[in-house]
Amino acid sequence: MELQALAGCLSSVSCTVMQVSTGLIIGMLLFLVASGLSLIFGVLGVINFAHGSFYMIGAYFAFSAYQLTDSFTLAILSGALGVGIFGMVFERLFMSKVYGRDVLMQLLVCYAFILILDDMVKILYGAEYKLMGMPQAFALPPIQVGGGFIPSYYVFMIGISAVIGLVLWLGIAKTRFGKVVRAAAINPTMVGALGINTTLLYAFVFGIGSLLAGTAGALAAPIRTLTPGMGLSILIESFIVTVIGGMGSIVGAFIAALLIGLTRAFGSMGFPLFVDGMMFAMMALVLIVKPSGLLGRPVH
Amino acid sequence: MTGRGFLRDLAIAVALLVVLLVLPTVVPHPAMRDFVIYVIAYGLLAMSLNLLVGFTGLVSFGHAAYFASGAYIFGLLMQSGKFGIPLAMLIAIGGTALLALVIGAICVRLKEIYFAFLTLAFQMFIHSIILTWVSLTGGDQGLMGGIPRPPFLGIDLNNGMSLYVFCSVVFVVCMVIMRQVVQSPFGYTLRMIRDNPHRANFLGVNVVRMKLAIFVIAGTMASVGGIVMALFVSGAYPEFGFWTTSGEAIFMIMLGGTQLFIGPFIGAILLQTLNHYVTIYTEHHGLVLGIVILVFVLGLRRGLADFVYLWFQDRKTKQIEKEAGR
Repeated sequence: MELQALAGCLSSVSCTVMQVSTGLIIGMLLFLVASGLSLIFGVLGVINFAHGSFYMIGAYFAFSAYQLTDSFTLAILSGALGVGIFGMVFERLFMSKVYGRDVLMQLLVCYAFILILDDMVKILYGAEYKLMGMPQAFALPPIQVGGGFIPSYYVFMIGISAVIGLVLWLGIAKTRFGKVVRAAAINPTMVGALGINTTLLYAFVFGIGSLLAGTAGALAAPIRTLTPGMGLSILIESFIVTVIGGMGSIVGAFIAALLIGLTRAFGSMGFPLFVDGMMFAMMALVLIVKPSGLLGRPVH
Repeated sequence: MTGRGFLRDLAIAVALLVVLLVLPTVVPHPAMRDFVIYVIAYGLLAMSLNLLVGFTGLVSFGHAAYFASGAYIFGLLMQSGKFGIPLAMLIAIGGTALLALVIGAICVRLKEIYFAFLTLAFQMFIHSIILTWVSLTGGDQGLMGGIPRPPFLGIDLNNGMSLYVFCSVVFVVCMVIMRQVVQSPFGYTLRMIRDNPHRANFLGVNVVRMKLAIFVIAGTMASVGGIVMALFVSGAYPEFGFWTTSGEAIFMIMLGGTQLFIGPFIGAILLQTLNHYVTIYTEHHGLVLGIVILVFVLGLRRGLADFVYLWFQDRKTKQIEKEAGR
């Protein structure tokens, strides 16, 4: 146990600031992935087990675009839109074929795609680690807050994720489209009877969910090593986030993602071997005390 | 009726055992023996998972956790040198039952897709414990140094043939136990829960407790598969508890189909055969397996065994119709 290290860090402002910023970027990435997962589940009633792989291909799309064009903006856009379109195609051609069927079949389709995407990445990029490198625009001196240094890219990432989260929340809570999506989550037949093309709506929602995963992958590309199979751990963590926050709740996902992010950041100092255990204990606690999550609708 | 059914099952079990025991003399290649032991280990994993998936309607995506826990507990006990094989097996099975009880108590309350994800999450937790607790488990290298196989009751499992016979007997015993569970009143209660949980609840069945009970039974049976595997490869590896192992088990069930009790075992044979040939011809095992899965799920829309079974049924009905028409 390195609890002294944790106590030492907490007593110094600069160290706390740095760990908080690390926790925030972990949390923001988790939030983007988890909100996509939660959105798809909330509306379509399926869990996209391949969501972590979408995050992975988002990162690789961004990596390739950055290598080709040297533009970070294009890298992010291609990661986000590329995976968004991929998600829509995936929904139309594969996922939609197993909606009415056994959960087993949905699971197998996703399982097949995780295997295929991992191997495709291995074939196209090789099995070894890839580094994208920090874009030129962020080669700035770190920003100083209370004696602690925060890399400027972290600030950008936290900011842009917060904006995306806000747009998503406003879009679902305040716009007409958001109303339709919420209605479709509760009673798709009725929504269809009112003249809305639910097939298209499903594909679109799946696309948005995938786009969020792709964006997270693209944003993570400069600060993470890229490797086939990188999606799995974030899939599990984002699931924990949706369970704690409550399936279908964007705000809940946000709170839970920050909670998990900060737990990871400080936990890896104080009790590195028990960070995973801590996250699972938190999830188990929520499931026992309030199975629907902090802000979720009741689960049957 | 139950008595006669039991005698019939016993006769089939004995026949299966005889087939397994005769096989190495018909095909005297050692690779055949190895293949059968592999199939037995994964067959137990798939058959036990089918108790949940096929009979109770609980789709677990984390069943390999119990396979791994059986293998690791058994391996660690044997390496300590203080236990004989039978005792170590019992403790490994009991320990896994306890693990399944704790995880199951949290998971079985949730509805199906949630349940699938939660079991997956707990499996990855077990996997990460195996990876991080290096001093105990050897981390990603697996349980190193081999697992000793001291003789017991005059049986020496270091002999390839005795090991084969031992695994076959264990397998058939487990099959009989699982068959008994499925054919018992408890087994029929599980089917009712699968088909209509609300109705089961109205009839006074404690659905949660029943689900938990079968979850624990399935976990213990999977742990036997893990023990067989650990005995055979003389080690335990983190891959035993990785999510791909659970995924393969699910695909075995799908391949073998749900129409026959023995289905998942057939699935295990099919998938292990496929794996065997795929790894010979290509290193892109995942790509091929993924495409095969998609072909089955979206193309055939059912497993191979079901496909053949239904084809036979179809032919029989047509024949009857033809005869009736004449």
